Amino acid sequence: MTQAQVSSSASPLLAVRDVSVVFGGIVALNGISFNMQKGQILGLIGPNGAGKTTLFNCLSRLYQPSKGDILLEGESILTRPPHRIAEIGIGRTFQNVALFPNMSVVDNVRVGAHCRTNSDIVSDSLRMPWIRSSEKALNKKVDDILGYLELRNVAHTTVSGLPFGTQKRVELARALAAEPKILLLDEPAGGLNHEEVYILGDLVRRIRDDRGITVLLVEHHMGMVMSTADYVVALNFGRKLAEGTPTQVQNDPDVIKAYLGSKDEQ
Amino acid sequence: MSALQEVVNDTQPVETTPKKYMALGTTASVVVVLLLCLAPLIAKNFVIFQMTMVLIYAIAVLALNILTGGSGQFSLGQSAFYAVGAYSSAILMENFGVNYALTLPISGAICFLCGYLFGLPALRLSGIYLALATFALATAMPQLLKLHYFEHWTGGVQGLVITKPDAPFGLPMSQDMWLYYFVLVVSMVIYVASVNLLKSRSGRAMMAIRDNEIAASAMGVDVARYKTLAFGVSAGITGVAGGLGAIAVQFVAPDSYTIQLAIALFLGMVVGGVGWLPGSIVGAAFIVFVPNIAEEFSKGLSGAVFGVILVLIIFLLPHGSRQIAYTVQNWVHKLGRRG
Ligand SMILES: Nc1ncnc2c1ncn2[C@@H]1O[C@H](COP(=O)(O)OP(=O)(O)OP(=O)(O)O)[C@@H](O)[C@H]1O
Ligand SMILES: [Mg+2]
Repeated sequence: MTQAQVSSSASPLLAVRDVSVVFGGIVALNGISFNMQKGQILGLIGPNGAGKTTLFNCLSRLYQPSKGDILLEGESILTRPPHRIAEIGIGRTFQNVALFPNMSVVDNVRVGAHCRTNSDIVSDSLRMPWIRSSEKALNKKVDDILGYLELRNVAHTTVSGLPFGTQKRVELARALAAEPKILLLDEPAGGLNHEEVYILGDLVRRIRDDRGITVLLVEHHMGMVMSTADYVVALNFGRKLAEGTPTQVQNDPDVIKAYLGSKDEQ
Repeated sequence: MSALQEVVNDTQPVETTPKKYMALGTTASVVVVLLLCLAPLIAKNFVIFQMTMVLIYAIAVLALNILTGGSGQFSLGQSAFYAVGAYSSAILMENFGVNYALTLPISGAICFLCGYLFGLPALRLSGIYLALATFALATAMPQLLKLHYFEHWTGGVQGLVITKPDAPFGLPMSQDMWLYYFVLVVSMVIYVASVNLLKSRSGRAMMAIRDNEIAASAMGVDVARYKTLAFGVSAGITGVAGGLGAIAVQFVAPDSYTIQLAIALFLGMVVGGVGWLPGSIVGAAFIVFVPNIAEEFSKGLSGAVFGVILVLIIFLLPHGSRQIAYTVQNWVHKLGRRG
């Protein structure tokens, strides 16, 4: 094990070790390894079907890798059920927005804080004093997050009625409410216009700077990845093509080939 | 599958969502409570009895609403839990001499346990399949109650007769009126606790599951736990309603609790508005009074008339009575702005 290098600050926050995922005959991920350092914004790129979302789903325990391990702060997450992932500090958004459509924006964000609060159905039904005070603290926290993401004016709107871009921000707010150590963002810029994409890029950096959250960013928008990420990992057909600084990866011949090979990507 | 699922998914409010989307505002609540308190003073005993039944069914409809409107699970088996509650109260009163009021929390607890246990295997089912499993429960229950083996307790096919409680402390009240107020207090307590529950962390977790299980789980919600809890809570409340029903009717028998009761409760929920707790009493009034109204129209075709009324309501008010409530609320708002 490489834990001999305790002296350096290089012990990673998240370590993906030789992870493979197979669906029937398709090898969606094939021996993927990389490390994430605390405070990093790591861009994960790759053409359609490269396996980016599959990797996210392994990190949130929706998929079980057939091989390999995933360590958060040195501890394997693979023994945990999916609903015990949020509490160790892995939060996420979904590629196609997975909000609670019939609930209001505040309620969506409150559910985000589920793993940071406590209650039982009896105390909840009786609205015990300790429930009141914990709800009060929760409301304060949710209000802060809504202010931070400029969502206060839609706080009580039902989510299904909001424009797609706003829904994506609500999803981000919900993820922040769980106070994650690592935030997984799956194509947050999808459906945004050119200007909005760069505003979002700034926001992601601000979230990292203000809240010390490490970010794993999947994005097809190269401009955004290159200007936002500190480090980039490129996948293709479930294999790691390259990793390094944005400039290194951008100039990697394999990466260039993979992207020229699939016409629908820039 | 889709027709059933639409009931749940298509619960978007008519226009903008008011903040108090699950409960009534303060003014409306006060008006409703006053009406419910004063109504029996001018009504005949038989009407008071009917109003008591409305309240009891309202509790049962509310219980289904927590399950379906809250956690997104279907049940056509509520009559089974109602029956267990009714028999528990009846047996406790008649065989063990337990006070009628004390039997209710016991019946509720027994039914909570039954619902929770039923919820465990039901976790593997969803949508129409869950509806079928609960349907099977509802059809099996009357037969279980008739079993020779339990006859000593249940009275078999004959059922059990229960003595109606008198008003306590020598209050000058008929038995019917006393029972009405007793049921009113119980139903208000259950209503407030249910609103609290749905507005709480647990309630939000259930609604999150209803809307998107995977996302809920990614937020740390233990889906299995809250789904079974929702079943337990729903069954427990239904059990209390069953106990009250037994006391009000003074009689329990297996054939009072057939699948027809479960369907009636389901209709009550749809007419009241899925997920809107105050609608439960509207839905309950519908299932108590509309069959009688239909009968007055035509004795021979009462079923058909009932069906026509039901279809009309679903056409005109796809969101149930909550739609009327929102319309009225908007009018009041507009009037308020003008005045
Ligand atoms: N649940 C699943 N069952 C079967 N195959 C799957 C499943 N999920 C993903 N795959 C397959 O795994 C491969 C990787 O898919 P994945 O969604 O991870 O790609 P991606 O990099 O996120 O692509 P995109 O950029 O289009 O979102 C694809 O071939 C996909 O068809
Ligand atoms: Mg993807």
